[in-house]
Amino acid sequence: MTMWDMIVLWIGGAMTLMIFSFLYKDNPFYKFAEHLFVGVSAAFWMVKAIQTTMIPNMWAAIWPKSVTAILHAAQHTEPNYVRLIPLGLGLLLLSRLIPRIAWLSRWAMAVLIGFTSGTYLVRYLQSDFIAQIRSTIIPLVVVTPQGLDVTQSLLNCILVFGVLCALMYFFFSLEHRGVVGGISHAGIWVLMVAFGASFGYTVMARISLLIGRIDYLGQWLQSFGNIL
Amino acid sequence: MNILKNLLFQLDRRIIYVAIALAVTIPLVFHFAVPLNPSPIVQSLFDAIEALPPESKVILSFDYGPSTLPENDPMAFAFARHLLTRNHRIYMMALWATGERNLDYTIEQVIEKEFPGKVYGVDYVKLGYKAGDEGLINTLFKNFKGMYTTDGHGTNINDIPMMKEITTLEDFDMILNVGSGRPGTKEWIQYAGDRGNIPIGGAVTAVEALLLYPYYPRQLKGLLGGLQGAAEYETALISKYPQFGITGRQAQVYMGPQAVAHCVILLLVILGNVSYFVGKRRK
Repeated sequence: MTMWDMIVLWIGGAMTLMIFSFLYKDNPFYKFAEHLFVGVSAAFWMVKAIQTTMIPNMWAAIWPKSVTAILHAAQHTEPNYVRLIPLGLGLLLLSRLIPRIAWLSRWAMAVLIGFTSGTYLVRYLQSDFIAQIRSTIIPLVVVTPQGLDVTQSLLNCILVFGVLCALMYFFFSLEHRGVVGGISHAGIWVLMVAFGASFGYTVMARISLLIGRIDYLGQWLQSFGNIL
Repeated sequence: MNILKNLLFQLDRRIIYVAIALAVTIPLVFHFAVPLNPSPIVQSLFDAIEALPPESKVILSFDYGPSTLPENDPMAFAFARHLLTRNHRIYMMALWATGERNLDYTIEQVIEKEFPGKVYGVDYVKLGYKAGDEGLINTLFKNFKGMYTTDGHGTNINDIPMMKEITTLEDFDMILNVGSGRPGTKEWIQYAGDRGNIPIGGAVTAVEALLLYPYYPRQLKGLLGGLQGAAEYETALISKYPQFGITGRQAQVYMGPQAVAHCVILLLVILGNVSYFVGKRRK
């Protein structure tokens, strides 16, 4: 382990303990780590935005020669003045900072919302609406060359009736009484199972993160041995 | 019973924290392991990668950040091992800015250490991070090299041998996403898989997994859900390729503490419910 790795490990270990100290009660060490995290994150995203969006997508496209020192590929690029349009729209967004011309930002917002909703609508319709309906249209009785596949038939029935029951719970054009009420009630059970599974998975995810941190602290403790 | 009720109702939450910490630490120190078998949804993805002909072109997208490393890193490692063992070509990219570090870490820890014979630019390439989220996928679908004009090291994309056959996303044989949110597996399905009929495989955090189950098996070849999914995939990989029996157990090592912590949580849930019902009856 190099000296640099050791420094990183020690900073990470100290920060982990500072954050964990909140579990006992709020304290200045926790506050320090929290504020440091917020500050570092903000700086990271700002640098990343300049490095990965503004330089390659804007400067390298509009004025390639200005960035050849940091982006070698730009030296073979011809200026693409179409990129001035998104640049202009981006500047219009900043007009919100000046109340007198704040209305100009609506033009940029209109383009953003129009493009996003248009793109999302098509993809969601295809992948989350039509494809999901298609995935629910499955045989309730599965017969294979070997005969009746009881397990798969049962699973398919649970899937199809589960979807129908859950949908009925959200169908408010009919009063939830009698048969409709019974199906709707079954829908609640389906939803409860889904929420339970979601909670179980969330617990697993959080425990996984804790394991990762404790393992990291273990490595940190082992580094004491290297120093001694 | 009254003592139990009083104990649970007045239990300091910090005692629960200590119990969970011990439930994780002790099995981790003593290397407690639990037996695992790949579930059908994991095995299905493993089989899909096995079925690809050698030298298939596979995108491995690192769409996660440092907060979910314990869950996602073992998945990325297992995919890299599997793909290179099968002699597939890996195109490593990231829709998340924080994913680039994870991409580099996989190259450093897995590819360079365990596959020294693999050549950069021929067997694997680092395309790196590009901004744009699903908009990036949308553009890559039509013009891959228009977005990736260089690799992650600044080399012209046309100078990289394994990029010569690539013009659009449809040139790839499979897309594997290791993710923990948006953009991630869902966006790869919506903007690439369903659109171009490109097989998609997902490996996501446990929180995310439940939202992706509906896409299996038609829109998703398989899914690794959380640490358990990663450990199951490692089991499938080691049973087929025993050479990874020592190096390829990152997630399996964590499953022992996971199981013990779950038992402690279950016990607390049961005790909490018992005390609630006992208290209710007494009223």
